[in-house]
Amino acid sequence: MDALITQLQRQFRDYTISLYQQGFLDDQFTELKKLQDDGSPDFVAEVLTLFFEDCVKLISNMARALDQTTGNVDYSKVGASVHQLKGSSSSVGAKRVKALCVSFKDYCDTQNFEGCVRCLQQVDIEYKTLKTKLQDLFNLEKQIIQAGGRVPQVDIN
Amino acid sequence: MEVCNCIEPQWPADELLMKYQYISDFFIAIAYFSIPLELIYFVKKSAVFPYRWVLVQFGAFIVLCGATHLINLWTFTTHSRTVALVMTTAKVMTAVVSCATALMLVHIIPDLLSVKTRELFLKNKAAELDREMGLIRTQEETGRHVRMLTHEIRSTLDRHTILKTTLVELGRTLALEECALWMPTRTGLELQLSYTLRQQHPVEYTVPIQLPVINQVFGTSRAMKISPNSPVARLRPVSGKYMLGEVVAVRVPLLHLSNFQINDWPELSTKRYALMVLMLPSDSARQWHVHELELVEVVADQVAVALSHAAILEESMRARDLLMEQNVALDLARREAETAIRARNDFLAVMNHEMRTPMHAIIALSSLLQETELTPEQRLMVETILKSSNLLATLMNDVLDLSRLEDGSLQLELGTFNLHTLFREVLNLIKPIAVVKKLPITLNLAPDLPEFVVGDEKRLMQIILNIVGNAVKFSKQGSISVTALVTKSDTRAADFFVVPTGSHFYLRVKVKDSGAGINPQDIPKIFTKFAQTQSLATRSSGGSGLGLAISKRFVNLMEGNIWIESDGLGKGCTAIFDVKLGISDRLKESKQSGIPKVPAIPRHANFTGLKVLVMDENGVSRMVTKGLLVHLGCEVTMVSSNEECLRVVSHEHKVVFMDVCLPGVENYQIAIRIHEKFTKLRHQRPLLVALSGNTDKSTKEKCMSFGLDGVLLKPVSLDNMRDVLSDLLERRVLYEGM
Repeated sequence: MDALITQLQRQFRDYTISLYQQGFLDDQFTELKKLQDDGSPDFVAEVLTLFFEDCVKLISNMARALDQTTGNVDYSKVGASVHQLKGSSSSVGAKRVKALCVSFKDYCDTQNFEGCVRCLQQVDIEYKTLKTKLQDLFNLEKQIIQAGGRVPQVDIN
Repeated sequence: MEVCNCIEPQWPADELLMKYQYISDFFIAIAYFSIPLELIYFVKKSAVFPYRWVLVQFGAFIVLCGATHLINLWTFTTHSRTVALVMTTAKVMTAVVSCATALMLVHIIPDLLSVKTRELFLKNKAAELDREMGLIRTQEETGRHVRMLTHEIRSTLDRHTILKTTLVELGRTLALEECALWMPTRTGLELQLSYTLRQQHPVEYTVPIQLPVINQVFGTSRAMKISPNSPVARLRPVSGKYMLGEVVAVRVPLLHLSNFQINDWPELSTKRYALMVLMLPSDSARQWHVHELELVEVVADQVAVALSHAAILEESMRARDLLMEQNVALDLARREAETAIRARNDFLAVMNHEMRTPMHAIIALSSLLQETELTPEQRLMVETILKSSNLLATLMNDVLDLSRLEDGSLQLELGTFNLHTLFREVLNLIKPIAVVKKLPITLNLAPDLPEFVVGDEKRLMQIILNIVGNAVKFSKQGSISVTALVTKSDTRAADFFVVPTGSHFYLRVKVKDSGAGINPQDIPKIFTKFAQTQSLATRSSGGSGLGLAISKRFVNLMEGNIWIESDGLGKGCTAIFDVKLGISDRLKESKQSGIPKVPAIPRHANFTGLKVLVMDENGVSRMVTKGLLVHLGCEVTMVSSNEECLRVVSHEHKVVFMDVCLPGVENYQIAIRIHEKFTKLRHQRPLLVALSGNTDKSTKEKCMSFGLDGVLLKPVSLDNMRDVLSDLLERRVLYEGM
């Protein structure tokens, strides 16, 4: 059992580190993990769920706003949604999503239609990727706990 | 008339005689014919002859006479009757004409004679006019000379040039031999030969001013002839050979600036004059003409005016030069002063550091030494060292402080502190000494005295300590009372008005002692540096006289006033001061009260039960912030809009975190609304903190202007939030060092 736990823990550690190194997550995510304690054991999961729901909602808003068949594109609406998404992503530490939001915002301000559409597609891809990866991470955690081990604190740097 | 003599003459006709008569008659006729021709010719030439008619008559008369004589030629021999007839006719006509002419001439000759007289008269007149014209021309030329002279004189403002030009031009115009100017000396008792025309370097030679001839000349404004032998006219060694030319002297008034009063014309009696002497060439028979004298007078006046102008100019140039010199000197002095000030500041800055370091070392080590095992003698020595070094440190601080105060470079360090605790602390510090001297100290704090105030705590303590310390120092017995109250309209000095503004008030502190008292005359001196009252009792207490001076300066910096009242020697005195302090509307923290100097909050403070309100439109970040605060133990209420926030916020919430990421000012308005909600209950208002995506200067300023107490950069880390909360609750403001 212990070997399994150790292996799982190592896997967990490596995976987490890779996520940071590949730029999917940043320090804010670490902070989030700090807030998880006995008082709120599923804090991180709750926050992330909320975040991904937010993503879906905002992306559909943006897609609707960028739909040219209904007339002129309302860039202010797009901008507002991007702003929200940026705020959310920075709160959870979704580094890549946040970076995309920044350039998305620029395209919005310059009313660059192609740029906006491209960014939207990329954001869509990114958040889904992140969701998958975090899902994997949580699964690993669950496995460790089920195996009776303790989820290790991963020290980035 | 000859008769036709057909008869034989008495004597036989002499042929010769006949011939002679014949020839003479012939010539007479020719002459008679040619004279009128000549007359006509010449009259024709001159067109002005008025008597033509007379000439015609005359001509006719002569022609006829000639004709008669011509016809006579034929009458010598026998002639016919025709000849006789012609002869008779001719003779008759001649007779008529000549008689007419004779008659005419009677009228004409007087006229002709009078013409001659008139001609003579006109010639005389012409001669006279010529003479007069010559005179006028001379005068006009003289006038021209005067104008030119004046022009020359007035064209320069240099005194010497003026005078030299005058002499030269005068000499030229009037063809003088010598021209000299005598100026009065400084003493005014003599005339000195200053300028001459011919002599290049006049001998410095003076003449007393009281000579009768000089007085005479000075007495009139006209040019006067004087004797060539008078002392002023004797400019060259006289050799008896020649006769000296005539000399004229004229006065030149010298006008001084002081002569011109405002609205007054110069007083003639106080004038000084110079003397101009002009000499005609010797051995010429020239005399001074009136017009020449007039010329001289005019020139003298012009010279006077020109000289006064020159004098004024000289005066103003001198004044200007003087001013420039002074300017330069002042500039230099200023620069020197600045250098001195800079040098002193540099010195102070260096000394500040350099002196304090060793001082601290000495004090620290001596204190440490005190803690070790020492023999009684060693202990005594160490105590003395400590006491002296403390005294020295205080002295240094005082001096350095005072210099900075004088400079105006000292600034108050404002902060929030507990006023009540301050007083208690001061008393605690003084109590030991007071107890030793058996002087009870009482402290009275007015009930409306605010507890938490904004001001320079350290310096206020210094002031109170100084005053109370003085009270204790100078009292031998009795008691000391310290009273602190909020002062309203009861002001002491008429020029100092206490106006409590919204968030400020004036604190008045009265320290009454029953000590030696002060002589009312000495009261003004008390606040001057280094001055001390001379009573022997106080001499021994040591200390420089700087304390009160420094306190006064601090009080002034705090926009206050300090004074001392005393009823006289031996009757004690009261020191009173007012200072302006800010009111801090800080809530009393139950855990904070009772701690006199607030120490740094330990890093793992617990904020259990701290009620906070989080306002964020973004669900995710709202949740994160909530999680953060919950982790720290706070009780978090979440709202997602401005309206909800305003509805929900109450005095129970200590802090409100509001997200202001969206551009625009809508989020900031909420801060104003919250302020409005709590205007009545200012000390219950929660702290307002903005969570923003950036914390640059403009954001900070914006937040401050909307009345927010702080700004935080999102996303906030746990440690950051912990620090921030503790800072906020301690100091109620969070704007520095982010």
